[in-house]
This record gives sequence, structure tokens and C-alpha cells, in this order.
Amino acid sequence: MSISRRHLLLLLPAAAVAWKHVLAGTPESSPNYTMSQHWWGMLIDLPKCIGCGNCVRACQAENDVPDGYFRTWVERYHVSDYDIENPVVDSPDGGKKGFPPAKEESGKNFFVPKLCNHCVESPCTQVCPVGATFVSPDGVVLVDKQYCLGCRYCVQACPYGCRFINPKTDTAEKCTLCYHRITKGLTTACCENCPTGARQLADLKNPKDPIHEFLKTHSVQVLKPNMATHAKVFYAGLDGSVR
Amino acid sequence: MPGVEGFMYPNEIELQWSVLIVLYPFLTGLVAGAFILASLERVFRVQAVKPTYRLALLTALSFLLVAPLPLQLHLGHPERSFEMYLTPHRTSAMAMFGFVYVWYLMAVLVLEIWLDYRRDIVVLSESTTGWRRWIYRMMTLGSHNLSERALAIDERVGYLITVIGIPSAFLLHGYVGFIFGSVKANPWWSTPLMPVVFIFSAMVSGIAAVMVLYMLMTWSRGRSIDMRCVDTVARYLFYTFIIDFSLEMLDLIHRIYESDESFRSLDFMVHTKLYLSHIVVQIVLGTVTPIALLGLTQVVKLTEMARKRIYALAGCLTLIGIFAMRWNVVIGGQLFSKSFLGYTTYKMGLVTREGLLVAIVLTVLPLVILWVLVKLLPPWTERNSGLLPDARAAH
Amino acid sequence: MRDTEHSGLGTASCIQLTATSEPEGGRASLRRARSSTGTTMHAFKDSGHLFRLAAVFVAGILVFLVLRGFLVPKSFGQYGHYRGNAMAEIAARPVNFAGHETCETCHADVLDKKKDGKHAHVNCEACHGPLAKHADDPASVQPPKLDTAVLCVRCHEANAAKPKTFPQVASADHSTGLPCDTCHQPHSPVIGGGAK
Repeated sequence: MSISRRHLLLLLPAAAVAWKHVLAGTPESSPNYTMSQHWWGMLIDLPKCIGCGNCVRACQAENDVPDGYFRTWVERYHVSDYDIENPVVDSPDGGKKGFPPAKEESGKNFFVPKLCNHCVESPCTQVCPVGATFVSPDGVVLVDKQYCLGCRYCVQACPYGCRFINPKTDTAEKCTLCYHRITKGLTTACCENCPTGARQLADLKNPKDPIHEFLKTHSVQVLKPNMATHAKVFYAGLDGSVR
Repeated sequence: MPGVEGFMYPNEIELQWSVLIVLYPFLTGLVAGAFILASLERVFRVQAVKPTYRLALLTALSFLLVAPLPLQLHLGHPERSFEMYLTPHRTSAMAMFGFVYVWYLMAVLVLEIWLDYRRDIVVLSESTTGWRRWIYRMMTLGSHNLSERALAIDERVGYLITVIGIPSAFLLHGYVGFIFGSVKANPWWSTPLMPVVFIFSAMVSGIAAVMVLYMLMTWSRGRSIDMRCVDTVARYLFYTFIIDFSLEMLDLIHRIYESDESFRSLDFMVHTKLYLSHIVVQIVLGTVTPIALLGLTQVVKLTEMARKRIYALAGCLTLIGIFAMRWNVVIGGQLFSKSFLGYTTYKMGLVTREGLLVAIVLTVLPLVILWVLVKLLPPWTERNSGLLPDARAAH
Repeated sequence: MRDTEHSGLGTASCIQLTATSEPEGGRASLRRARSSTGTTMHAFKDSGHLFRLAAVFVAGILVFLVLRGFLVPKSFGQYGHYRGNAMAEIAARPVNFAGHETCETCHADVLDKKKDGKHAHVNCEACHGPLAKHADDPASVQPPKLDTAVLCVRCHEANAAKPKTFPQVASADHSTGLPCDTCHQPHSPVIGGGAK
């Protein structure tokens, strides 16, 4: 699929400029980054997901996610022919080590990667009592771990189970959409390491981003649309049984 | 995965809100309820409940002082809790906590108690010696004015504060209900009835607590219980309980009839993991039984002794039932997956920071504070209550 | 009822107070003179204790406001109801995966091998692991050697949930335990599909 190649070309010049600063880990490392010019989201092309767990491992390696907690994870669905309301789902260790053979070969089986949906109307930032979590001007839902109380209200408020309390910091934690990477012109760790291109970082404010062509030509869905969270993680080929 | 049935989102397996968060609405509920009982006398002129007026206020204060402790202990960073006052987030129900709490503590309870006790405080600051004298002197704020006019002003301001206090008590507990009721991600919590149910269950628990405490304290002081008072309190408890129970049943029936996407999952939970605490303890033991007992006293003429026993039993069962209700809301709301495909288990620690021991200490602590407050500011209106010999002899 | 009770106590204690302290005595005499002078003045005097309480409250609020001025982080509210500096702090995290563009600046030869093969779009670190440290200092940090017997099955082990079009094998039957690179070259895996 050409989308990943086109994405590569898109990111190349920015990456080259930024690389010198990448490892320095200083805020100045993103000199060409202007928040107001971006609006980040992600595209998940479900028919391409092979459940390898590379995204989960990459996320853990990139973001130092503690064992047993997940900023992203992969679920495996099994839906028997007529029983769309009662799928059988598993996600052993978040899919980090892949999946054992399916117990049931009949019916429909598929993988669903999950991560923070970076909702525009995010229920989690709405309930934060102190303003320790917020939607950044470039559309990423972030947690300020210097300011978080650890009241856990945001964990309760997320309809997708994307948040947890990091036992090391005692503060809320979640997918940052690899904010430290995307502001330097790199893609997220999960997208970088997805072998099939099932996950694509999307900049909705960039008219050259292939996401726009994709959204025009494919049926996409967000998770739990009834929650009206204006999620920005778009799923192509999402089955109705997924919740 | 031990303790997990079916599928949970992987971050959901661990419960976020522990028994301490169960305790929190229970304690604030007692505060709000006790205050409403006190206002019965003051605003609605129910003279019969007068013997409980001051006790109800002191009970409310002692529980309110402890109410933020479970929250504080449960925070990952308790040292940052002051941020709630520095940068309260307007869209967060929880951020309003700090303000509702301070408003209720300072502008309502402390003020009302101070005004009501001011005569006693001034007199005590003259009649006592040593450290007590200093405490009372501090509480007088240096003003010993007990003129008729000053006391009349106190009376009027106190009345006004009680009038403001009633909606404030509703606000205090209604907002706790809103914290849960407004979480749209959680169908067990998300209902507009939640604040209303919380307010009425708060009134039920507060009235029951003051009734039991009054009977217990009177008995321990070797006095005779004012039966007219207890009968009236019990009658109000009965009425409020019926409203509370109707609201809860309305919620239940609505859920069963609508049977939305979450119903099957929640129904299963109520019949398995929550069966004991929800069906047995909350509904049968903690709601239907006390309502039946109280109802009995309304329709059958019973001896004084029988009534006392029934009130004590019904009061205790009510408190257990309301605690179970808080438990089922807080813990129950976290036992099922938001995918509606699985269930987890709550493992309560014993001596951990959010464990059973801390919960027990926090439940007993308000009673200790109440004991101190009763010693410091005796709520008894009859003669010879120890510290106020001269003043009380005057009437 | 309440009023009678009040006055009873009030009288009792006032007598006591008049006897004990001079200022109270003065106040008592003022009260006696109340009927002749204006009542506003006395209402003010008799609610003096309320003003004292109000002063305590106001003092508390002032202390809070002053403290608040000091304690709220400087960058709070810069972009919204949060600390503006938080984003720079989050963005300052060091990168672990260098990204394939970085790899390709040195390893153009591998890119050439990959570009026509089935793994053209599989990025380097998806198999080789996070190598930003290697990219930063290629001489001293060497990538670990990979074991294809473990690596390849992560993607290619047969599973009913994988897309039917995705190449997958039951590794036990397919290779009888031999490492995959005995036959397949990982950078261009089709057998006979290109040099190593």
C-alpha cells in the first residue's frame, strides 16, 4: 500500500533537520514545530492488523510503560456467525507477546489495536479537577505528571479504558501519541514499528497528509460513537461487534 | 488472570477507587442528613425534635471534619491536593469539592454552631479555668456581648444560615452524587437520578445516625429518652426512607425495562459478585427490613420499650444499608468492564494505605471528634449538664 | 420559646459580666440607654461579634489569595486550563526508536535490498529493535544479533484471526525448527527473490 511510502516522504525532510536534536531531549529539539499547524490523530486499517504485538512492545520500549499497564494494546475478537452482540475477546498481556492459536476457528476472527482516541471532547480532561490533563493545541490528550494529583477520576471517565495510574509516579498515564517524537518530525513508536502499515499517524491539519485521501475513499468508524467524544483515532473496516 | 472473568480492558483489572471512596460519600451523607434533621427544628419548627438539634449539628461537624481524610489518603499525591483550590477546573465536578466543602464547613456549620453556642461559649469562658478557658476565650473572638439585642441578631442570622444551609446540604451531597452520576462512560453510575438518590439516602443515614447517637448518649448519661422526640425523628426517618427507596426502585425498574446495552452485564453482576452486598445487605436487610420495622411502629401501638428497641435496630440496619448502598455504587461501578464483556474482583487490603484498618479508623474518628465536641460544647438542653451550672439554672 | 430562653440566659450572664469586666459594663450601660438614642448605632454595636467573625473570614480569604498568587505555576493558563510548560516537558523525552529515515542515511544498501521485496514497508526497528543509541554513536553501540527462528514467527505464525491474505505458516510443520534465514533472506524474503 502506498500510504506508508507517501508518509515516509512526507516526514523525511523534517526528520533530517530534527535528528541532531532528537537525542538531546531538550524542548528546543523541535525548532520547526508549531503547535497551531497540527491536529493529530491516527488511522487504524484493521484488515491489515496481524496481531503481532509489535506496537505494544514498541510503545513499552519507547515510553517505559510499566508491566501490566498499557498505553496501547491489541484485542482479538471472535464472533460466531449470528451472535454479533456476544463476541469472545481476549488480550493476553495486552497482546505484547502475540496471541496463542484461536480456540474457535469458525466464525469471524480478527484483531483490534487500541490506544487513546485523543478525543476532542475528551471525558477524561473534562473531569480533571486541577487541569493536570488537557487537550494540547495540536490535539493530543496529555497528562502533566508534575501537576497530577492521582485522584483517578480521569481513569474512571475514559470510556475506552486507556488510562491507568503509573505505580512508580502515582500519577495518571496514557498514550501521548509519542508527543516527544511527533514534535520532532518522527512518527509514533507504534506506527514506526507496525510491519503491515495497519497503524498510521495522521495530521489532520496537514493537507498533504494521506489521511484525507483515505477518509474520502474508505468507510471509517470511531470506537463507541454513542459516547460522542469526537475521537480522532479512525478505524477502517471496524466490525460492529467491537466495543 | 486471577479474579477476572471474561474480558476486561487490560487497564481495568485494577480497581481505581477503594473502600475509602466508599467511606467518603457515606460520611458526607451523614453530614448532610444530620444537618437536614437539625433544620427541621429550626426552620420547619418541628419542636419535638429539639433535643437532637445541637447534637445533630455537632454530629454533622465531626463527620464533616473527617470527610476529606479518605479522599486525601487515596490520592496518589496528597501533597498536591491544594491545587484544587489554586486552579479549580470549572468543568470538573470534583474541583467544586473544595469550594462546596469550605462553604459548607465555614459558612454554614461552623457559623451556625458558633451562633447557637455563643452564649454558652461566653459564659464558659468566664466560668472555666486553665486551658479550657483559653479555648473558650478564643472562640468568643473577644466579644462578650450577650445583650438581648445581640442574641436576637444571632437568632435571626442563625435562622438565615439554616435556611441557606438546607440547599447547601443538598449541594454538598448532591454534588457527590453528581461526581458519579455524570460519568457517561460508566452505565452503573451515569443516571440523573444519582444526585437525588444520594441526597435522600444521605437524609436517611443522617437522621438514623443522629437518632441512634441520641438514644445511645442519653442512655449512657443515665437520662430518660424523650420519646416524643424519638418518635418524631423515627417518623421522619420512615417518610424519607420511603422516598429514598421509591427512587432507588424507580432507577432499578427503569434499568430493567430499558435493558440497554449494559443491562445484561450489570444484571449478571448484581446476581453474582454484588448479590450479597446489593440484594441481601442493601435491599433486604438495610432497606426493606428497617422500613417494615418503622412502618410497624406507625400502625401498631407498641410499648415504649418495644419502640426504643425497634428504633435502635432499624437505625443500625439503616446505617448498614446505606453504607452497603455506597459500596455498591462505588465498588460495583468498577467491577464490570466498560466493554460489558467481563468482571474483575475487588481485593481490599488490610493494613495498606487504602485498606480495611484505615477505613475502620476513619469511621471511628468522627465519633471521637464528636465525643470531644460534646465535652467542649455540651448539646444537652436540660439542667445540670456539667459545665453550665449557673447559666442553665436561670431557666 | 427560643427567645424567652435566650433572654433568660442573657440576663443571667450579663449580670455576671457587668460585675467582672469594665468594657462589658460600659456596653451594658449603653444598652440601657438604647431606647433614647438611634437604633442603627446599637444594631451595629450588638452585631460587633459578627463583624469580628467576618474579619476572620476575610483575613482567611486574603491569605488564600496571596498564597494563590505565589503558588500557581507561572505557565498555567498560557494555552488553556493547564501548565503551558507541560508540553515542552513531555516533548523533551529522549527518543528510543531512531526511525527508519535515520537508519537509511547510513544503510542505503539495505534499503536497496528491501525496496522491491515483500518487506519493503517493514521498518528497520520493527525487527532490529530500538536503536537510537546506535544511531547516535554507531561505533560503540552495536545492534544485537537477531534469531530468525524467534523473530519471524511473531508475524508469520498461523492464526485464525490474521488476515487470510497475509502469509502465515505453522512453524513446527513448515521448517521443523530450522532458523528461517536458512532459506529466506529477511530483507527480501521470497526464496530466490534477491541476494542477502
